[in-house]
Amino acid sequence: MLAYVIRRIVFGAAVLLGTSLITFVIAFVIPADPAVAMAGAKADPATLAAIRTELGLDQPIYIQYARYVDRALHGDLGRSYIRREEVAGLIISRFPATAILALAAMALSLALGIPMGMLAAAHRERALDNLLLVLSLGLVSIPVFWLGTILLIVGGLYLHWFPLGGFDGPKSLVLPAITLALGSAGYYSRILQTNLADAMDQEYVRTARGKGLSLRAAMFKHAMANAMLPLVTLAGLDFAGLLSGVVLTETVFDWPGLGRLAFEAVFNLDIPLVMGTVLFAAALVVIANLVVDLLYAWLDPRIRLGQQL
Amino acid sequence: MKFRPNAMEAVGALMVLSLVLVAILAPWLAPYDPTRAVANTFGDPAAPSRMYPLGTDQLGRDVLSRIIFGARISLTVGVAAMAVTMTIGVTIGLTAGFFGGALDFALMRFTDVMLTLPALLLAMAFVAVLQPSILSILLVIGLVSWTQIARVVRAEALSMTQRDFVVAACALGAPSARLIVRHVMPNVMPIIVVMAVLGTSGTLLLDAGLSFLTLGVPPPTPSWGRMIEEATTYFRVAPWLAIFPGLAIFYAVLGFNLLGYGFLRRRARAASAL
Repeated sequence: MLAYVIRRIVFGAAVLLGTSLITFVIAFVIPADPAVAMAGAKADPATLAAIRTELGLDQPIYIQYARYVDRALHGDLGRSYIRREEVAGLIISRFPATAILALAAMALSLALGIPMGMLAAAHRERALDNLLLVLSLGLVSIPVFWLGTILLIVGGLYLHWFPLGGFDGPKSLVLPAITLALGSAGYYSRILQTNLADAMDQEYVRTARGKGLSLRAAMFKHAMANAMLPLVTLAGLDFAGLLSGVVLTETVFDWPGLGRLAFEAVFNLDIPLVMGTVLFAAALVVIANLVVDLLYAWLDPRIRLGQQL
Repeated sequence: MKFRPNAMEAVGALMVLSLVLVAILAPWLAPYDPTRAVANTFGDPAAPSRMYPLGTDQLGRDVLSRIIFGARISLTVGVAAMAVTMTIGVTIGLTAGFFGGALDFALMRFTDVMLTLPALLLAMAFVAVLQPSILSILLVIGLVSWTQIARVVRAEALSMTQRDFVVAACALGAPSARLIVRHVMPNVMPIIVVMAVLGTSGTLLLDAGLSFLTLGVPPPTPSWGRMIEEATTYFRVAPWLAIFPGLAIFYAVLGFNLLGYGFLRRRARAASAL
């Protein structure tokens, strides 16, 4: 088990190093001169040269990259050009709002998606299965920012049940969480239905059914355990997709999280902030996948004891 | 065997076909010029009426005409971005799956890295670098969406290289290029088609999302995502401005999803019938 854990951690770290290279390349080709961005367009050449030396922009690119990685490892992601604050500090201050939103949406999407998938699998190839299939496809087809806008119009403007955006108490979380959750719920229900239907065809479930076990008991006691495992992995992988949705949801609801921060950064060509938010998002995904891998290994001894990566 | 479409395929195909027709026939179908003010309602959007079935926007432009012309941009970007996605994904997947070894390892670790970056966030950063235009947007969407396809194609190609007919062709001395094009590719094709159809729903949503964040095709070209973004300023007084373009996106995405899942269902049924 320990060897497996170490392997996964090394793999996660290697992936993060790869993402740092990609963010660095993006920053390198962005058509904005950091020195001009910091000193203003009217700065004289001597000042610009001084800033370039200070930022290490006169060094060869591989030295710049090494310094960037070294600083990032020490928690230093540079300073925002526009806000004139530490990028790491900005990210930390915005993280709680995004974490609350993402966790609430994740919980809600599983709470909706799992029963939907089970119901569909129990009524396989019958009317209810088809209905749920179309429903889940409908859910994944709704543009998240449009759903948010509609919920805001109906729930906030007409019914006055919820605030019109902002982050202010549990009530303000309801609409953004629903907005972010529905698409994933449709996705999870599809995956679970497929996995469960496959599991129900397996010999061990047929044996259980042959012994006289009811469909429901066979599904809960036998098939679910195997069908849930891939779902856990997918939920981890889907975390990156969830963060994409976060950007749009936060924009609609004026939610003061990382998504807004990232959008602001891109809009202002604030390079350190763009790099910082992308890298941080990738780190979150890597951590989510690591947690899922470890959970998976704990649940499934075949992985723990097997030799595959 | 006669091809009989299942209900999902039929409905999905009809939805996609209707969309293509609307896009092609836009100049004849749209009652007004989508980029001109046709109603005297500047700054005060008008509700749906007989003259303007879906109302007019803040600049007095006809919403219905804008939605009809928006189908052109959405479909063009969605399908072209999918073509870019498939080109990258299939090339990487086939190369990794067919050659295996160190090349496979390097390509798949690169894919793992790309998978951890949220697609929209990465696309936003790329658009900021390239400046929004139709070409840059479909390239960017392609650059961030190919990972899933590469993985699936790699797995299929890998299983193909172990099949007898490929091994036999290889033993007969067929060069790699011929093996890939004549033997592996045709057998991987069905899953590529399914992935392309399903993937188009993804590229459509990504394009709409970028437009909503004002990082899409620049105005005055009518784009569904941008229309919703513009409508958010007026959503207290003119909610219809946000509702109709969203329905158009939903319709397009759902059409491709139904078509794609219809194919998948057929495959699953065929597999379980064996």
